[in-house]
Amino acid sequence: MAGPEGWWRMTLRMRLDCKHVWAQVSEYIDGAVSGEMKEAIERHLANCRHCSAVYDSTRNILVLAGDERTFEVPVGFGERLHERLQACIDSRGSDA
Amino acid sequence: MKPAPDHQREQAAGPGAVRREGTAALGSTAVSSTLAGNDDREREAVLIGRILAGERELFHDLIRPYERGLYLAAYSVLLNQADAEDVSQEAALKAYKGLKSFRGSSRFSTWLMAITLNEARSRWRKKNGEPLDCLTVDEDAGDYTPSVLADWRYIPSQALERKELRQALREAMARLSPEQREVLILRDVRGMNVSETAAATGASEGLVRVRLFRARLSMQKLLAPKLGPMQFGKKPRGFMAWLARKAGGE
Repeated sequence: MAGPEGWWRMTLRMRLDCKHVWAQVSEYIDGAVSGEMKEAIERHLANCRHCSAVYDSTRNILVLAGDERTFEVPVGFGERLHERLQACIDSRGSDA
Repeated sequence: MKPAPDHQREQAAGPGAVRREGTAALGSTAVSSTLAGNDDREREAVLIGRILAGERELFHDLIRPYERGLYLAAYSVLLNQADAEDVSQEAALKAYKGLKSFRGSSRFSTWLMAITLNEARSRWRKKNGEPLDCLTVDEDAGDYTPSVLADWRYIPSQALERKELRQALREAMARLSPEQREVLILRDVRGMNVSETAAATGASEGLVRVRLFRARLSMQKLLAPKLGPMQFGKKPRGFMAWLARKAGGE
């Protein structure tokens, strides 16, 4: 009789339903799922337009969030930071 | 500079569009990132040695690659530009004054982000008079139903030229819990790995993964209905239009 792991593998081979895919989508984006899970997810995505759209939208939102234009630092931020650091460096003498 | 996250690198490499490539390509970029990371670490170790030996001005060079990261980490907690800038400066000064205590067991950037998050949380408590979070809470991933939307394989890179899209992303981020926002900023905006994110936030790697899962899918749920293909001039048709109508409660 198959143990829990064997049962899980059989289930993966058969099919993943949409909820399983949603639960794994973050790990899948990171490439952190097992080989079998990855294959099962990709089989599902190839045949499910809904999950495929969920995956694409999640991944693309992360791309947009990571773009430097989305979260811009205030103008002059770097200059003010280094000015304050310099004042600290000057005031502390050799006690760095 | 720290390498960009994989999904950012893909965008930079693509011809103005992002599409699904699976995760097979992530392995090779991870190897090159590690090599680059090792070089950075050696360079930083040399710099730190020289600073501690008396070349104090070199601290500017040490911290320069992380200016944006300082600000984003502080902003992820405070959601206020002026406070985030002030806390970034305080964190940089604290790092300078405490550089002797940096042991090199983690990356300098991780140590710096941890200082910044602690400063930001402390500022939050002073302003709001209550603890920001409770890291021991077991956050169950729970059931999640994403938004139904039409084909998202392509996003024109010009989309980011639109101010309202950037604003929508910032607003969605602001609706996450502070803990989710921290991990999303460190992992997906700064490109830190799960282990570094865990070290910087003081949470376990498992908890970081759960928070990341919830943060990413919450962003999808919040943004997808606003940013569907209709916004880019395409209307969903056929089966996807039916799905969208069903999601809308018809």
